[in-house]
Amino acid sequence: MTAIELVNVSRWYGNVVAVNDITMTVGPGVTGLLGPNGAGKSTILHMIAGFLAPSKGTLTVGGEAPWQHPDIYRKLGLVPEKDSVYAFLTGEEFVRATAKLHQLSNVEQAVRQAIDMTDMSDAANRKISTYSKGMRQRIKVAAALVHDPEILLLDEPFNGMDPRQRLYMMDLLDRLGAQGRTILFSSHILEEVERLSGTIQVMVAGRLAASGDFRAIRRLMTSRPHVFHVRTSDDRALAAALVGRPYTTAVEFTDKNGLQVRTDDFGAFCAQIASLTRDNGIALRELLPTDESLESVFGYLVDSQPSSQGN
Amino acid sequence: MLFNPVVAQLTLRATLGRRRAILFALPAVILIALTLVLRETHPAGGASWPANVLGNFGFSVLLPLTALVIGTGVLGAEIDDGSAIHLLATPIHRKTIIVTKFAVAAVLTMVFAAVPELIAGLLAPHSSGLGTALFVGALAGSVIYTAVFVMASVLTTRAIMVGLLYVLVWEALLANVVGGARILSIAHYSLGIANAIHPDSQLQAGLTLSTSVILGIVFTVGALVVATRSLSAFALKGDPT
Repeated sequence: MTAIELVNVSRWYGNVVAVNDITMTVGPGVTGLLGPNGAGKSTILHMIAGFLAPSKGTLTVGGEAPWQHPDIYRKLGLVPEKDSVYAFLTGEEFVRATAKLHQLSNVEQAVRQAIDMTDMSDAANRKISTYSKGMRQRIKVAAALVHDPEILLLDEPFNGMDPRQRLYMMDLLDRLGAQGRTILFSSHILEEVERLSGTIQVMVAGRLAASGDFRAIRRLMTSRPHVFHVRTSDDRALAAALVGRPYTTAVEFTDKNGLQVRTDDFGAFCAQIASLTRDNGIALRELLPTDESLESVFGYLVDSQPSSQGN
Repeated sequence: MLFNPVVAQLTLRATLGRRRAILFALPAVILIALTLVLRETHPAGGASWPANVLGNFGFSVLLPLTALVIGTGVLGAEIDDGSAIHLLATPIHRKTIIVTKFAVAAVLTMVFAAVPELIAGLLAPHSSGLGTALFVGALAGSVIYTAVFVMASVLTTRAIMVGLLYVLVWEALLANVVGGARILSIAHYSLGIANAIHPDSQLQAGLTLSTSVILGIVFTVGALVVATRSLSAFALKGDPT
């Protein structure tokens, strides 16, 4: 059975449409819900989690509508974005309380498994108020997993994490997905999810704009045109050197000092620009990406996707 | 089951662990300290101060304000800071959450408002009858007030403001000036029950025992039903902008 199914789902707040006519199915494995802030990702997750009613359309989780149906939490775990947890409890007390609220038959075994799975054993007896952002995130995941749910929803799980914590979380999600669970998470930063496998749903302005697997999205990310502003000791010499390189698609002198360089190979440009300037005896003074806004990245992905719905 | 011990334990630890716990412990200490001071300075029998201290301060200030701080805090604080979602994302039914939170709030209000009222009544000269009657009235008041304030905390994020307006404007001002307003005054229901046990010429509710009890039950049950319905429709805001 499809774990999560949305059919023509919309949600609006007064005159503001947060989610617009989304049709989507999410099955076992890892699925990322990506898009810039305000795209409607959290609204979709809240509706799936039963914390918001769709204004229009039908939404089911395991065949049942989650809104005003607390029994859905027997098969669904939620890791909310907000960092608020019962900070006066230890990590273990928090997970144990959650296990008891789920009325599990073997509370202690479930607590131990969830804490081990999230690698929180060493800090389990410390108060949550002393935890780092990453540890809080992991203990929330442990609490959400304690009743062994088929479906796990995570709202911006990588927010505020350092790279090491992020890698750990990605590995954890991959492991959970490989176990046959349905993992759906939201993120507004594409680079955050570069190591994950699975599928991706791109949302822009409340609409489901594109979908595909992570590898296809990654390829698009690295091959998309990038624009840099470069300032050096000799801009003309650098322009001449750049024109001869295959990754350069355009070079333009700007009104102020410097060059605007377009490249279709982000990796090659970044790897070679330093040696190129050094070999030509040019001092590199400034190198700035100029089109890194999330909207431009997601806009590019939307336009490039063969499965784009043309929204 | 309507009562969940895990929810109760979490609520108790959260409520007593917060800094605002000082807010509801302090008035009780003031009431008892004030009674002790007046007993030393005005020990003569027949003095009117026990009715003023126990009735006007204990009933009109201590009881409603303690119930307000505790009643709006047991669930409202968790809703405000977002931690309530960890409780709501479990199969525990909303009715159980509301009843448990209410029960904890009512018991805490009894401990921090009704019991000090009894202690002060026993300490004040010739006032054990009045103190006992006000204690029983305060027990009933603890139940009704907290049910209403728990409901307010689910309905609005400004529950404390709404509660203060109710206590200070409706009960303390309007209900004492306009007789009809007493029909919707929890303070007068509580006093009506106390009057039935020990009438005092300075403390008159203007309501009969049966009216006070019936309206108190209607208020309590009604508030819990509305709170449960409202919590069942609890929604998280998304990112509409």
